[in-house]
Amino acid sequence: MITREQKSTALPGQSLPTGRRTKKGSVLKHLLKNKVLLLMLLPGVVFLLINNYLPMFGIIIAFKNINYVDGILGSPWVGLDNFKFLFATEDAWIITRNTVLYNFVFIILNLVIAVSIAIALNELKNKLAAKFYQSIMFFPYFLSMVVVSYLVFAFLNVEYGFINKGVFALFGLDELNWYSEPKYWPFILPLINLWKGVGYGCVIYLAAIIGIDNEYYEAALIDGASKWKQIKHITVPLIRPVIIITTILAIGGIFRSDFGLFYQTTLNSGALYPTTLVIDTYVYNALINMGNLGMSAAAGLYQSIVGFFLVLGSNWIVRKVDKDQAVF
Amino acid sequence: MTTNEISRTANLILNIIFILLAIACILPIVLVFMISITDYDYIVLNGYQFLPEKFSLEAYAYIFKDYAVIVKAYGVSIFVTVVGTLLSVFISSLYAYPISRTDFKYRGVFAFLIFFTMLFGGGLVPWYMVYTQVLDLKNTVWALIVPMLLSPFNVLIMKTYFQMSVPPALIEASKIDGAGELRTFFRIVFPLSLPVFATIGLFNTLHYWNDWFNSMIFITDTSLYSLQYLMYKMISQADYLSRNGALIQGSATEIAKLPGETIRMAMALIGIGPIVLAYPFFQRYFIKGLTLGSIKG
Repeated sequence: MITREQKSTALPGQSLPTGRRTKKGSVLKHLLKNKVLLLMLLPGVVFLLINNYLPMFGIIIAFKNINYVDGILGSPWVGLDNFKFLFATEDAWIITRNTVLYNFVFIILNLVIAVSIAIALNELKNKLAAKFYQSIMFFPYFLSMVVVSYLVFAFLNVEYGFINKGVFALFGLDELNWYSEPKYWPFILPLINLWKGVGYGCVIYLAAIIGIDNEYYEAALIDGASKWKQIKHITVPLIRPVIIITTILAIGGIFRSDFGLFYQTTLNSGALYPTTLVIDTYVYNALINMGNLGMSAAAGLYQSIVGFFLVLGSNWIVRKVDKDQAVF
Repeated sequence: MTTNEISRTANLILNIIFILLAIACILPIVLVFMISITDYDYIVLNGYQFLPEKFSLEAYAYIFKDYAVIVKAYGVSIFVTVVGTLLSVFISSLYAYPISRTDFKYRGVFAFLIFFTMLFGGGLVPWYMVYTQVLDLKNTVWALIVPMLLSPFNVLIMKTYFQMSVPPALIEASKIDGAGELRTFFRIVFPLSLPVFATIGLFNTLHYWNDWFNSMIFITDTSLYSLQYLMYKMISQADYLSRNGALIQGSATEIAKLPGETIRMAMALIGIGPIVLAYPFFQRYFIKGLTLGSIKG
């Protein structure tokens, strides 16, 4: 109050700097007033700056020919050369195709099966049994990908695996070298992904189904609607918002993949790369095994930028569908 | 009057389908268990079987004979999980609370700061270099804890929960009574939000316990191997067992007839260990947490 009165008596020429000072003063006052809330945010902010924002400056690595003598800043600029090398090889096409196609299959498969299971679970007469089935189906979600890779190995191991020794031997089929035959993995990986994730998806859809008002079904019953018709005209349309949101969010992440699934369960077998290498595993292999910093960073940046527009795009669609559900 | 229940036949068919699905979900673990207690020579002859004719606890005997490596890895995993979970729940809630407060002027700025990280990142290479060159955390236990401290998704869930379960009037009243922000947070907000603290705590416990990626890129020192990473090493290197002198100390002939396959599978079961025991408890809260998240979307 006092400062404002002082300001009004000041000369016109001086009003700008004083005005600025007052604004600064009010910001400071706000900061002081909220100092505890700001202090609470401090650890998280420090973390974000180091873990998320500092690496963003590292994007320049993609445009440099890094050598350890000169360091990141001192190494020579090479423009888009790293990207040219990346896209000149067949790798860029293979990893993009694999990443997008696998995610596409995962999204469709998980959606259809998780929704079907959720609807069926909800119809079971014995609720205790339904809960029991749900618990068991949720279990694989709790296992690490390393454990999952052991489980897969138990089935697919060439010498002793259950499929080769138990199933194929029984039918007199030849043993297959699973970890060096790329053509089978487009079927194996979606199966593993489904096995691990379907219980998780099921919980979300079941929550939505339980939320549906029973009156809809009572009305449908009076109209003589069959169970199938009820599912088609009530259940599915009413859980559609949840389906749309989860699907669109998944589409936003279609350029990213579950590193553990593609790295662990394939045992990172080079022979399988044509059908199992995705952007994430490519970036890792280029960084750790080949030590190619530039190309690895270029592939990572390619993933980040496309991913960025995919998330923005899908969020834009979510906004159109249902404003409340949009993340941003 | 007809009820809206499915017919007895349909119910029976659905139950059969679900029983089959449930079996499919646990069958791989049963197989691994059976392998771990099968006689090694039997496996060499017949492969992995669900119902082997010859049992043996040799694999477990080997593991427990030289338990030092596993005990060490268990220790690393437990330390990382406990410290990591406590720290991350603490930091996440401290971040989520201010941005849930509608009377906090800068909530938009800080909300943007964290949610932008969901949109864009520098990629693995620069991120790796920050941890190895700037922070110099390579081969320290902190490299297993720090990278997973704060997830935007968890902050989003907590923020939503605070907004739903703690009425602003209550915070106002607490302030009028003379409580500071911290006192309000710990005495009013925290007790009212226990379910979300439990949910996020369990999410984090699972993430820390199951993590192997950070070990894979940051750890070369064998004394800092986590349990999951030790298991990864055992499956990724076919000859790991025969090369690892620390795990098995014996003559060359003994190593040659080491029941490698059964030891591996016994390790997998030991690795699942505590999660299985905690599972029923975990599950209840997870379902609550997921339902909570799905209501918002």
